[in-house]
Amino acid sequence: MIQDKTLSSRIMDVVVLFFMVLATLLCFLPLWYTLCLSLSEKSAATAGLVSLWPVGFNFTSYKTIMGDTKFLNSFWISIQRVVLGSALNFVVIVLTAYPLSKSAKDFGPRNILMWILVFTMLFNGGLIPWYQTVRSLGLINNIWALVLGNSVPVFSVILVINFFRNLPKELEEAALVDGAGPWYLLMKIYIPLSVPVLATVTLFSIVYHWNEFFNGLVLMSKSDRYPLQTYIQQMVVNLNMGLMTEDQYKKMNVLSNQTLNAAKIFIAMIPVLLVYPFLQRYFITGITLGSVKE
Amino acid sequence: MPAKSRRLPIDHFKEGSVKNRSFSKHYLLMLLPGYLWLAIFSIVPMFGLVMAFQDYNPGQGVFHSDWVGFDNFKYLLSLSDAKSIFYNTVFISVMKILGNLLVPLVFALMLNEVRSRATKKVVQTVVYLPHFLSWVILAGILLDIFAYRGPFNHLMAFFHQKPILFFARADIFPGLVIGSDVWKEFGFNAVIYLAALTGINPSLYEAASIDGAGRFQQLRHVTLPGISTTIILLTVLSLGNVLNAGFDQIFNMYNPVVYSTGDIIDTWVYRSGLLNLQFSLATTAGMFKSIIGFGMITLSYYLADRFANYKIF
Repeated sequence: MIQDKTLSSRIMDVVVLFFMVLATLLCFLPLWYTLCLSLSEKSAATAGLVSLWPVGFNFTSYKTIMGDTKFLNSFWISIQRVVLGSALNFVVIVLTAYPLSKSAKDFGPRNILMWILVFTMLFNGGLIPWYQTVRSLGLINNIWALVLGNSVPVFSVILVINFFRNLPKELEEAALVDGAGPWYLLMKIYIPLSVPVLATVTLFSIVYHWNEFFNGLVLMSKSDRYPLQTYIQQMVVNLNMGLMTEDQYKKMNVLSNQTLNAAKIFIAMIPVLLVYPFLQRYFITGITLGSVKE
Repeated sequence: MPAKSRRLPIDHFKEGSVKNRSFSKHYLLMLLPGYLWLAIFSIVPMFGLVMAFQDYNPGQGVFHSDWVGFDNFKYLLSLSDAKSIFYNTVFISVMKILGNLLVPLVFALMLNEVRSRATKKVVQTVVYLPHFLSWVILAGILLDIFAYRGPFNHLMAFFHQKPILFFARADIFPGLVIGSDVWKEFGFNAVIYLAALTGINPSLYEAASIDGAGRFQQLRHVTLPGISTTIILLTVLSLGNVLNAGFDQIFNMYNPVVYSTGDIIDTWVYRSGLLNLQFSLATTAGMFKSIIGFGMITLSYYLADRFANYKIF
């Protein structure tokens, strides 16, 4: 591109850079502040002295959490949920997407099945009938309620269908001539060629199962069955919220253990921060490739 | 398309309909787990919507509860809260839709003007992050930042403002919800605009600059027309969200003090259904939302197909 060196163009560069730095800080500083708060002394945090650097640097909050069996228990439930949920999602997404990526000519009921799938994405029975269904299956307080609760991730299935449909047909035709069956085609041709989109939907599954708190709240009646996000919702966020008057609110602000709460919040962020580099590498390709139609 | 796929009978025979039929069996087997899962957790609950026409009694179940016709709907509309809850839902979601269309657009256009690749990369990495954090975490963080003695009130003290109890002010609450949602999502929502921006042919910029167009004129005459389809598409698709004010966010941020401006259909359904056990009433309100939502999404897909040639599958 031809470089524009006029004065107005340089002013524009500066203005743009200013807003970019602002946007970056706006997203970074809240997370940084939480980390600083968690590493500060309790009294300093309560007095509102912490800004962008820890005051009275210490690890007390993190040590306390390491001895908090309820927190660790919830953390473990979340790990189990993520592993089971993501594995199940992967298998079901691939198995559902492959037949539906065929044309109606090759697979007769394809269109009607596709419409059923999309319909369930657009319309739902709402909270109460869904809750009653899960309840009547006897899944209350069962980890499988968390794994299965939100049904098939239809959006991910559609992404994978679109990706499969864009793969070159010649590969499949060549394998068909060699006598390959549908399972062989799926395992040896489609899955190895679809790593970007499969990585994307798997990362979506991981993040979804880690972040989801509501199913944990309504489907687990005992607090020792809560996944981590539900635990934090109940122990940290909700305690601040169920207050009626301004006085109560002020008192709560002073009494609550801010440093400990900040540490809990920060630990709950760590798994997302760990998968984030991979997530970022894939999600743009996944989204753009998956949404391109022939 | 239909004209192309019409085949002579002999072609069809040659391709081997016997083989295809045996494949179909395998395809159905592959689909079995997914559709079973879908049936139990998505389709069975749809039948539970009959509760909206019953005086549902958990002891008697769906099959033995009394039928009441449209009484639940009538009662719901007569509630004094109904109007404000509906208004809150539409107001918050429409403002979110507008913010989530405009702010990412401006952000993407600005980022596109940044020349250093390294700067771009750093900015993108940081601004996408909040999208992947849950509202539980973010509400926890916002509570600290907007706390009575928190950093935001400290900052405001520089401008001689008195500290504010942000989460206990019904007049501020909707702004807090809308602002924090735009903050969480603007980076991620810009991805689609950025993808469209990279699709613009660079020779158009070269031609424009040879013709003497400055950067503003290039923005006006090359960039904006280049992504106008994307803008229209995103606007149309966002229609489907008119009743989605964001349950997860509001549930984690609200409290009884701000119910008057912050209570939405979803939070009301949760409280009346699962806390106060008014199953039929909550089902009715949920059904109302599901039906309107379904209509809006269908309309938005139809318009997107019609005007932007967009198909979901």
